[in-house]
Amino acid sequence: MNAEDNVQNIEFFVNEEKFNISVRSSTHLADAIRDKCSLTGTHLGCEHGVCGACTILVDNLPVRGCLYLAVQADGKKIETVEGLSTDNELNYIQQSFWENHGLQCGFCTPGFLMLTKWMLDNYKELSEEIIKDVLSSNICRCTGYQNIIKSVKQIALEQNKWVE
Amino acid sequence: MVAIGISKKRKEDPSLLSGNAKFVADMCEGSTEVQFIRSPIAKGKIVKTNRNSNVNLITGEDLSDINEIACKLDKFNFVPVTQPILPLKEIKYVGQAIGAIYNTDPSKELKQDFPFFEFENEKGVFKINDALDSGSPLVHEHVKQNIIVHGKFETDGFDNAFNNGDCKLEMQFYSKRQNAAPLETRGCAVKFNRATDRLELYVSAQMPHMLRTGICDCLNIPESKLRVIALNVGGAFGQKMALFSEYVLLCWLSLRNKRDFHWIEDRLENFSSSAHSREQIHKIDASFDKTGKLLALKTHIKANVGAYSNYPVTAGVEPLMALAEYTGPYDISAYSSEALGVLTNTCMMAPYRGVSRPVITAVLERLMDKASKVLGINKIEIRYRNLIKNFPYRTPTNLIIDEGSYSETLSLAQQIISDEIEVIKNDVESQNTELIGLGFSVFGERTGYGTSAFAARGMQITPGYETCDLSMDPSGNIIAKVGVCSHGQGIATTLSQIIADNLGLEIEQVSIVQGDTDNTPYGWGTFASRSVVISGGACQISAQKLAEKLKKIASFYLQCEADELILQNGSVVNKKTKSNLSLRTIGRKFYHSNHEIKDIAGSELRASSTYDPDGTFSNACHVAKVKIDTLTGNVSVEKYFVIEDAGKLINPKIVDGQIVGGVVQGMGNTLYEEIKYDSNGTILTTNFADFKIPTMHESPKVEIKHLETITENSETGAKGLGEGGLIGAPGAILNAINNALEQFGEELNFFPVHPNDIREVLRKHERRR
Repeated sequence: MNAEDNVQNIEFFVNEEKFNISVRSSTHLADAIRDKCSLTGTHLGCEHGVCGACTILVDNLPVRGCLYLAVQADGKKIETVEGLSTDNELNYIQQSFWENHGLQCGFCTPGFLMLTKWMLDNYKELSEEIIKDVLSSNICRCTGYQNIIKSVKQIALEQNKWVE
Repeated sequence: MVAIGISKKRKEDPSLLSGNAKFVADMCEGSTEVQFIRSPIAKGKIVKTNRNSNVNLITGEDLSDINEIACKLDKFNFVPVTQPILPLKEIKYVGQAIGAIYNTDPSKELKQDFPFFEFENEKGVFKINDALDSGSPLVHEHVKQNIIVHGKFETDGFDNAFNNGDCKLEMQFYSKRQNAAPLETRGCAVKFNRATDRLELYVSAQMPHMLRTGICDCLNIPESKLRVIALNVGGAFGQKMALFSEYVLLCWLSLRNKRDFHWIEDRLENFSSSAHSREQIHKIDASFDKTGKLLALKTHIKANVGAYSNYPVTAGVEPLMALAEYTGPYDISAYSSEALGVLTNTCMMAPYRGVSRPVITAVLERLMDKASKVLGINKIEIRYRNLIKNFPYRTPTNLIIDEGSYSETLSLAQQIISDEIEVIKNDVESQNTELIGLGFSVFGERTGYGTSAFAARGMQITPGYETCDLSMDPSGNIIAKVGVCSHGQGIATTLSQIIADNLGLEIEQVSIVQGDTDNTPYGWGTFASRSVVISGGACQISAQKLAEKLKKIASFYLQCEADELILQNGSVVNKKTKSNLSLRTIGRKFYHSNHEIKDIAGSELRASSTYDPDGTFSNACHVAKVKIDTLTGNVSVEKYFVIEDAGKLINPKIVDGQIVGGVVQGMGNTLYEEIKYDSNGTILTTNFADFKIPTMHESPKVEIKHLETITENSETGAKGLGEGGLIGAPGAILNAINNALEQFGEELNFFPVHPNDIREVLRKHERRR
């Protein structure tokens, strides 16, 4: 423990695995997950809260990993992209992005997947407008978004959530 | 089992979707972080360096054994300007790396809260026209008038041809400064291998081999000492082509200290110090006859190239591309052009998707609309009358335009939007708070051009050819090693489809190795819509060679002639008797029982070929329908159509993804994205709130139709199209905006067009207060 750098010990769960780590109070959660938990699927695109590439779920709510301090996550339940697939099988959201070419370089994709997961878990009905309202908080520089909308729409149709 | 033409799911995606894919920032574990100190002043000198016992500081004074980054053109009055890795004294722009710091004790946070440098300010110059003023401060003392490159071209008898016209039009056009803004910033992680005494440089880059040459030239080390690896690259759009000083410095540090270092650019650095582009002023004069035929075109191009010349394509890339390709898809026999690259105390300019073509296409398409109005000829008709119709067509600057469908795409566009035209008439007359406009943009996209094209520019380094080294393993699977380097385009999938079809395999049986200089043949990476044409061509030729060899081996075991055999379903099959031998059996025989076939098969089950084509033009017509909100000045793109001809489509889904992504990026270029400096050369746009990128909300649905004109200029019949979406969009959207504002008699000949530009027009004409 270094008083000058204000290092604290915290404990949280990432994808149901428990981590005890020591972090500086200034370390943001995305860095902590990447550097201390060796989970590098969460990407940092801007580190000022606009691009959303680092979107993860903390206690079931989407947060910008770059704007959320690691110490704030003490005792909390975190979900990252690595938790989506089980036994190396892509889950239904990942499958739909794959089938619909919803990614190109893939750098923004983990953030879009996590935000999509939250949206699908929390919305009973989905339309193109709702998808746009929610997912326009993240930036993709490659796809032009059309195939991301298509990917989500396919799931909504399969789940009988789609409304025109 | 045919793969070409099928929208195969991308091989790249499972690892990207699962979070297992590695990007450069994921390769930093256990290495020492480096940060760069960047200049807060635009021009001046470092007068004092302050050191601090808490941190190691590297300055230009430490680098006397390193060469500066140097790259030349042999033509167009190019004045060589070299770029120091870190400057000794002289500073040229805000954001320039002037020092590097690191701390080998990981418990100490690396901070820039110390005045490492003291400065003496000098007067700088930032705008194109200011830089060209006589008496203006010089960015580099040896470059007179700040002109680093000056190209001129004129066809014989130009003046006569120009004077023969009935209608003379002129136009000034300004495209503002932009940044490609890939979502992953630049960065590198260099590992010193103590066992082999070599460096491994992980880097987010488009041209790994070129980068290796450039770094080794700076460090005076043999290229065998450096391995460059681009893993997954999180978008690049041209920004990750150039050799940047940070990579040289990190390699030097690693060699000197025999330890691992990394530097991951932050977003502010990406805005201030990674390459910019597009800042150009164009003036054109055009001469039409009464029928709307464009007889003669004169262009004057001034490009703000920033403070240095980028490696390897140089500061000539934007102005000289404009000079060479300005006539676009139109048959214009008399052409005159003058193009200047102008140095200023701003961030270096480098290629950005489309390079100068988004600008020259926008200018030409604005010109067509303007001529249509003045001459009273329908907008589509005047384009028809000028489009190239006979192929191959030689442009005034000696480019060969191969078979395309310029008129056909325009006809299709006309059919598709015929209903829209009626709608627009209604809306304009209704005088409500919405103005609707429709705009066209027709263009050709020069793609897949090899060494000859770069030699014509006078480049000493001529990126062009691609090699594919193909081998079959004992299990009958294929490994293809290529010099291209994907940054999101799905190249591994596309190339696999080409190879699989030529060998009668599934794409899963083909592995593509790219982005690693130790394991791929020397090549030029991915840029300029080249990979599917050039590397795809090399892959096809190699696969065909390997197929011949496989047939030869099989003919021995099947007791027949090789020409009776075909490759299908993972086997070599006799067309008549259907007797067959699986590739797996051939692989086993070849490697493990080679004594049986040594005389006919030799000792290698591989094929290699290099492809260096002259290039092929894809073409497209874009149509944009925009809505202007007169209350806010906001422009929204309501509908967008692309009629595209890129020859044979290897993977239609990937192709459409490139088009849609390019169009939306082009919409961002036209409506939002602008890098701004203040009057002292301080950059003002340093985050995604200031530099706005389209989100899902603003992005239109893009509807695409394909024509497939098969060209002989491409081995596979495929033409490139990676840039076309962005090349066409500014022209189409800008024409649509001008169409909506036509009743006011105003023209907006610049981009991006912001809401305040629209409001200014509306206020002037009392459509808002």
